[in-house]
Amino acid sequence: MTPFDPFSAYDPGPYYCELTGPGATGAAGEHVRRQIAEIGLDVLRARAEMAESDLMALGITFTVYSDATAIDRILPFDCVPRIIPRLEWDLLERGVRQRVQALNLFLADIYNDRKIVKDGVVPGPLIFGNANYCPEMIGFPVRFGTYVHICGIDIVRDEKGAFCVLEDNARTPSGISYVVENRHLMLRNFPDLISGIKLRPVDDYGRRLRNAMDEIAPEGIVDPQVVLLSPGIYNSAYFEHVFLAREMGVPLVEGADLVVEDDRVWMRTTSGLRPVHTIYRRISDDFLDPAVFRPDSALGVRGLIGAWRKGTVSLANAVGTGVADDKAVYAYMPRIIKYYLGEDPILPNVQTHICAEKEGFDYTMAHLHELVIKPVGESGGYGITVGPRASKAELDVARAALVANPANWISQPMIGLSVAPTLTETGLRPRHLDLRPFAVTGRSTWVLPGGLSRVALKEGSLIVNSSQGGGSKDTWVLAE
Amino acid sequence: MSLHSNALLTRDAEGLFWMARYLERVENLARLIDVTQTFEGPGGEAGSWSALVAINVDGERLAGRTIDGKTVKSFYLLEASNPTSVPASLEFARTNARTLRPLISTEMWMQLNVFHRSILAKTPADLEGDALSRLCRQIKEGVQAHTGITEGTFARDQGWHFYLLGRLLERADQITRLLDIKYHLLVRGSGEERRIVDLTQWNVVLRAAAGYHAFRRVAQAGFEPWDVVSFLLSDTTFARSAALCVRDIGWHLEQLRSRYNLRDTAGPLEKVDELRQALQPGSGMIEPGGQLHDFLDKLQLDLSSLGDEIGTAFFRDWRPLRRA
Repeated sequence: MTPFDPFSAYDPGPYYCELTGPGATGAAGEHVRRQIAEIGLDVLRARAEMAESDLMALGITFTVYSDATAIDRILPFDCVPRIIPRLEWDLLERGVRQRVQALNLFLADIYNDRKIVKDGVVPGPLIFGNANYCPEMIGFPVRFGTYVHICGIDIVRDEKGAFCVLEDNARTPSGISYVVENRHLMLRNFPDLISGIKLRPVDDYGRRLRNAMDEIAPEGIVDPQVVLLSPGIYNSAYFEHVFLAREMGVPLVEGADLVVEDDRVWMRTTSGLRPVHTIYRRISDDFLDPAVFRPDSALGVRGLIGAWRKGTVSLANAVGTGVADDKAVYAYMPRIIKYYLGEDPILPNVQTHICAEKEGFDYTMAHLHELVIKPVGESGGYGITVGPRASKAELDVARAALVANPANWISQPMIGLSVAPTLTETGLRPRHLDLRPFAVTGRSTWVLPGGLSRVALKEGSLIVNSSQGGGSKDTWVLAE
Repeated sequence: MSLHSNALLTRDAEGLFWMARYLERVENLARLIDVTQTFEGPGGEAGSWSALVAINVDGERLAGRTIDGKTVKSFYLLEASNPTSVPASLEFARTNARTLRPLISTEMWMQLNVFHRSILAKTPADLEGDALSRLCRQIKEGVQAHTGITEGTFARDQGWHFYLLGRLLERADQITRLLDIKYHLLVRGSGEERRIVDLTQWNVVLRAAAGYHAFRRVAQAGFEPWDVVSFLLSDTTFARSAALCVRDIGWHLEQLRSRYNLRDTAGPLEKVDELRQALQPGSGMIEPGGQLHDFLDKLQLDLSSLGDEIGTAFFRDWRPLRRA
């Protein structure tokens, strides 16, 4: 008997489908479709439920704070994988590499010679007036010219299947732990979906990251002590910090574990103070050092920036990278890439209107109902208005906010993000998704094959963030 | 191998010590509640439950409430707001385990995480009738599973020694508390009837400590109460005896000194020597006619100051600021 084909009722509509579209996921895509039909949706659902209870038991969770309560949530996992064919991945990898290279050259320039401003490519006020521009960084050398050691670049596909970059994350991008844990979960709970398919592995991330952290340690240190600096167990991404410390095989420290003496950073161990050479910090700039930034920060280490400026310790990412992933600077990225590398962007931007500029502001005001309006300084999907989906009242609120502070906003056309079949209560349904590949850079750049595929689980929703009801999929990069 | 792989953060050393202590406390509390339930003979209910409250020094926390089985069981098994309860101790243990996740095995974390969740979901119905004994067994077995997983998966480095220091210190303390419960239930009356009730109670104490059969093997047929006391405190063949715990504490401290070059073991080791002497069967204290309660009191104080010495030496009060 031929089993019922759950794909017979699947219709991606006007959107590009990652599994059934013309991008040719080939034999692997066929295998997955066949296996899903074979296993049947009820069994898949039962297994998915078990998989999610495993995640809870394993504590692979993020913490959501509301009022006084803290709730541990899992990032919902959808068992239908997202498949990226080899040639598409080649393009993405080159595009990410190019982007990371340009970001680092840009940061080196704006903290040193400022050529790009002098040449009139990017307006000075946009950079030097930016809240994330860090004067402490001016003239400060970093090893290999690398400021952004860990970078996550959010990429989407439009209706035609063309990739474009939605956002750069050059501060402390998160999500890598889910990439690796999703693969483990797939292998544990859905071995029949994955078996026989040659995939690029994802479990090399910790070793690569550790290598990069060793490389960027201050010169002359033979066996550097690397640590991961976390705000602690109450941080929503604490599981990821645990994951990274374990995968790198380095201590997870909190601010109170570190002390600065004689312009060097030490950690408190049972046998006394031991020197620290590289800090992968998952604390934002503002909280790193109460002596330099926010004086009320209890998370950081007093004197850390002083020690760093003496060159006795390296920080990943460097301080002041936030100016490069600002949503207003993003609009200039194609020009930034061209300026430093003399190349066209391999991955184009989404067309972006900068409301700080009169032209962009006027256009945005006139086309509000067609555009997605985003605040420049926010992350996590907060503060976004999706014009075509907004009520009149919501548009009025957005309009007032724009008028009140134009510089706080950018707008972009609404992109019909690609979809992938996702297991829902009513069967396989198309859900929108994005992709966040992760790049690690010490002496050179390495890109983890694949990345985090975040999927908007709500029907029709375009917002994939975990804080807004997003889930994730295992992301397969085909090896052949 | 990296030179740094043997470094242990003071915060993590302390976390391991307390995680183990809290879990040992949880197991022993389950044992104590189980044994109290058994002591609860007709007419004597209030006495046995108030004894449990007394040995945990929880009189003040329960001020204004009626001390009976219902209150005390709920106080120790359901009320997370009571810091001496099973759910509160499990919460402390899990919070420590959370900070220790980079060090402990995934299996240790997962078991504790699931165990914690199942115990914190208990309701008053789980304390009724024969459910109580099942709950106590579930708690004991939960900690025993933790102990077994730890034995089978946890790295044998510095952290292991701190973990065991915590467990052993708590276990020694708890055996003195278990003995103390007997003090609070002094049998009135005299003659043969008193003697029989008395022996029955001692048997219950032995069973609570998982020492009943072990004691039978070493005891004379006509044993005296003091033989039980001596066994539980001083017999180093018995897994939960105070003397064995103290001896092993000494061994772990020696390991930290000799293998990991931790220099501040002198204070705690001195305390260990004092305790070992006090726990010698012929020390004069553990003898018929000795003042058991006073002795147990003194023992608890000494164990507590040993804990302070360890804390001062390695993590709590004094964070070492000198360079390695």
